[in-house]
Amino acid sequence: MSKLGNLGARLHHGEIGYDFIKNRKIWYGVSILITIMAILGLAVRGLNMGIEFQGGAVFTTPKHMSTSVAQAETYAHDASGNEVIVQKLGDGSLRIQIAGIETGKSDQIKETLAKDLKVNPEHINADLVGPSWGEQIANKAWQGLAIFMVLVVIYLAIAFEWRMALAALVALIHDLTITTGVYALVGFEVTPGTVIGLLTILGYSLYDTVVVFDSLKEQTKDITRQTRWTYSEVANRSINGTLIRSINTTVVALLPVAGLLFIGGGVLGAGMLNDISLSLFVGLAAGAYSSIFIATPLVADLKEREPQMKALRKRVLAKRAQGAAQSESPEAEPVGSTAGDEPEDVAPAVVGPHNQSLSRGRGRGRPPGKRR
Amino acid sequence: MAVKNGRSASAQSKPGRSLALILIAIVALTGSMFVSGNTSPRLGIDLAGGTSITLRAVPERGQESAINKANMDTAVSIMERRVNGLGVSEAEVQTQGNDNIIVNIPKGTNSQQAREQVGTTAKLYFRPVLATDITGATPADPSPSASHEATDKSTGTPTPSPTPSATGTQQGRAVTDALKADAAPSPSPSSGSGDANGKLQAQYASLDCSKQSVRATAGKGVLPTEATVACGKNSDGLWQKYLLGPAEVDGTDVKKAEAVYNTQNTAGWIVTMEFTSRGAKKFADITGKLAQNQPPQNQFAIVLDGEVVSDPYVREALTGGSAEISGRFSQEQAQGLANMLSYGALPLTFKEDSVTTVTAALGGEQLQAGLIAGAIGLALVVIYLVVYYRGLAMIAVASLMISAMLTYTLMSLLGPAIGFALNLPAVCGAIVAIGITADSFIVFFERIRDEIREGRSLRPSVERGWPRARRTVLVSDFVSFLAAAVLFVVTVGKVQGFAFTLGLTTLLDVVVIFLFTKPLMTILARRKFFASGHSWSGLDPERLGAKPPLRRTRRPSAPIETKEA
Repeated sequence: MSKLGNLGARLHHGEIGYDFIKNRKIWYGVSILITIMAILGLAVRGLNMGIEFQGGAVFTTPKHMSTSVAQAETYAHDASGNEVIVQKLGDGSLRIQIAGIETGKSDQIKETLAKDLKVNPEHINADLVGPSWGEQIANKAWQGLAIFMVLVVIYLAIAFEWRMALAALVALIHDLTITTGVYALVGFEVTPGTVIGLLTILGYSLYDTVVVFDSLKEQTKDITRQTRWTYSEVANRSINGTLIRSINTTVVALLPVAGLLFIGGGVLGAGMLNDISLSLFVGLAAGAYSSIFIATPLVADLKEREPQMKALRKRVLAKRAQGAAQSESPEAEPVGSTAGDEPEDVAPAVVGPHNQSLSRGRGRGRPPGKRR
Repeated sequence: MAVKNGRSASAQSKPGRSLALILIAIVALTGSMFVSGNTSPRLGIDLAGGTSITLRAVPERGQESAINKANMDTAVSIMERRVNGLGVSEAEVQTQGNDNIIVNIPKGTNSQQAREQVGTTAKLYFRPVLATDITGATPADPSPSASHEATDKSTGTPTPSPTPSATGTQQGRAVTDALKADAAPSPSPSSGSGDANGKLQAQYASLDCSKQSVRATAGKGVLPTEATVACGKNSDGLWQKYLLGPAEVDGTDVKKAEAVYNTQNTAGWIVTMEFTSRGAKKFADITGKLAQNQPPQNQFAIVLDGEVVSDPYVREALTGGSAEISGRFSQEQAQGLANMLSYGALPLTFKEDSVTTVTAALGGEQLQAGLIAGAIGLALVVIYLVVYYRGLAMIAVASLMISAMLTYTLMSLLGPAIGFALNLPAVCGAIVAIGITADSFIVFFERIRDEIREGRSLRPSVERGWPRARRTVLVSDFVSFLAAAVLFVVTVGKVQGFAFTLGLTTLLDVVVIFLFTKPLMTILARRKFFASGHSWSGLDPERLGAKPPLRRTRRPSAPIETKEA
């Protein structure tokens, strides 16, 4: 803990830090790569849509079945004449999926199955879905997604500004694409539970982004009145300043989800808990990543295009050049061209840090390790 | 955020008051929970076991506007009637979204039968009564149960019968056909009846409508063109059996039906019906024919799903395309009948979209799994907070507990109040909410720590850190709540349960951090343990790497920094 706490202090004082803004192109690249992979995965492999999206039935038998999977498959196939998938769950119960049967026909199949498996039909759990049910859930989810996006963009544009709203939206779409892509690539089954999880990511991904933006807004309030730092630099500092919080938030959010995943996957085998927590897990991780590496750098990029910010940048650079010329002789500190993400770079900042920007010339950020 | 200033002032000056407020709220909620007897949240089908059916309304072609609130409500009331007719207690039928109806049937009911009941389209027919009798009584005693009377709506009073065969041949033929069909299964001991009729006669004779099991099967699955037997409750609340002729008019012939209070005479509550042009013709036929018969054969039975819901007698042919049914109706009865009549006219069919049957065993298991998952999640969060925030974690854990208590009591109370049922996704939502709630504390604590790092002592740090933490919490919770609200409004079923919990817990998060966490922090900041920065308090300036005040001489050169600080 103390290490992490210490890290928090050093981040706060700007003794260490990672130049998220300067390296943003790398992260944009990474994200674009992941997104392309996700889209390719979607296009080539497609999503493994659960039974809810095709219509059919899922029967779950009581625990501790002696019947083998292969045997159950034969039974189910004979009873329905359709494609059958049988899984044995952790507690010894059988999960029998039969695609494409009508809800009306399923009762009969259930009876036959119960007879074959020698179980009381009353003890079989059945989940029967019409072919349009999953589609309906998905349609409503899309509808909800669209409404939410519009509202949240309006809200963020009012509470913050349109650039931030835009960046948050991009980050959100990024998270959703990645999550769906992971589903396509790994081949996890998509169920209504997955959709629920995905929708929660909406709130969560933005929640995280909003916290970073809030600090950014606060720090850049009077930015044009000073000439020490450019917008990107301040943005970078606010990411670093909220980094500990972002890590903590993500950890705290992931812990309960991990609990769900463990119980859902480990104990119940399959089902809604598992589906929700799996998509949440993937989405949360993507959300934490995107609010730091994508959303804020994107805002900085957009902001730097503003004439005001351009002017500020010019002034800041001019002042630095001037300051550097003055202090050239007393301190000729060689500067590594790498961004200061090495933790060794903890020399207590006393005098020199601003000089460093001299040799960095047009580099967008100064070494964040020497912030003060 | 309008409350910002007022809140902060009061929270700062009188932390005790906020704490008292929230404690009173908890005591009040817990109290009402015990008083009302709802000490635990109502469980959804997936946790308690049972069957949940989701139906989707499908409009007839060209009638897309038929999916509206009024029609859906009518459908719900009919379905409720049907499901409860099976003797199911606590079955609930409710609309969800625009075009869905959810039917939840608790465990221990014949779910298959219930499904058949709600899944099929309602069948409303007007059939001529051939014989009727109080059930259980001897068939030789035909009872004059005709307390309902159908009259022409336009006049409301008996008018001279118009000639039934005034129009073309088609109508005339319809009449004769009907008469023919009518005559055959007549209860009179005529020897001419065929085998089928004899069977029906026997069935009628042995029909005992006072038995629920008999009622559930009587007259079900009969073609409208066949004669049948049926049961119905008369106005005295007694079960009565009927022998009915083939359907003459069906539900789709009814254009509109409503309950009206007749102020002109003493009729009281009546039900008015309007027929479609086709229906009006058919209705004129049947009434013209029935009016000439002797009781009880001058009655027609309105049969909904095989059960007689009304059996008005006819005094004359009703040709106006509209009719009214009068009788000693209460308002409720009249409205119920009008609903049933309109339901037959609903241009909607209902499709089963999903049927989930959960055995009680699995339900219990899922509930247990959800609770264990929640416990594990909570424990992990607590451990993390303690390790990272040490003494401060105490405040976080206390706040989480308050939040949990509020959530639990509210869920219990909302069960009966708005029909909230805790289902598996809702449990998931609550577990996910642990993260959101804990995050608010993290935001607050980090702010305080930042202030301490700037070299401030604890009390000013709390007061300075709070307004900024508050804004962050409000903004981010708003986004989270917005997501929950949109999901709740737009989606159906399981997603809705999830969204509801998420929204509820987000709101509670704001309440807890304003009324509990912040005041508690203010009070504890006065304690030596925290104020002196004990190494286990989580606020040790040294550990946090606070700058000694001397070093801050550098700071005036950084305008933004002072701003931030």
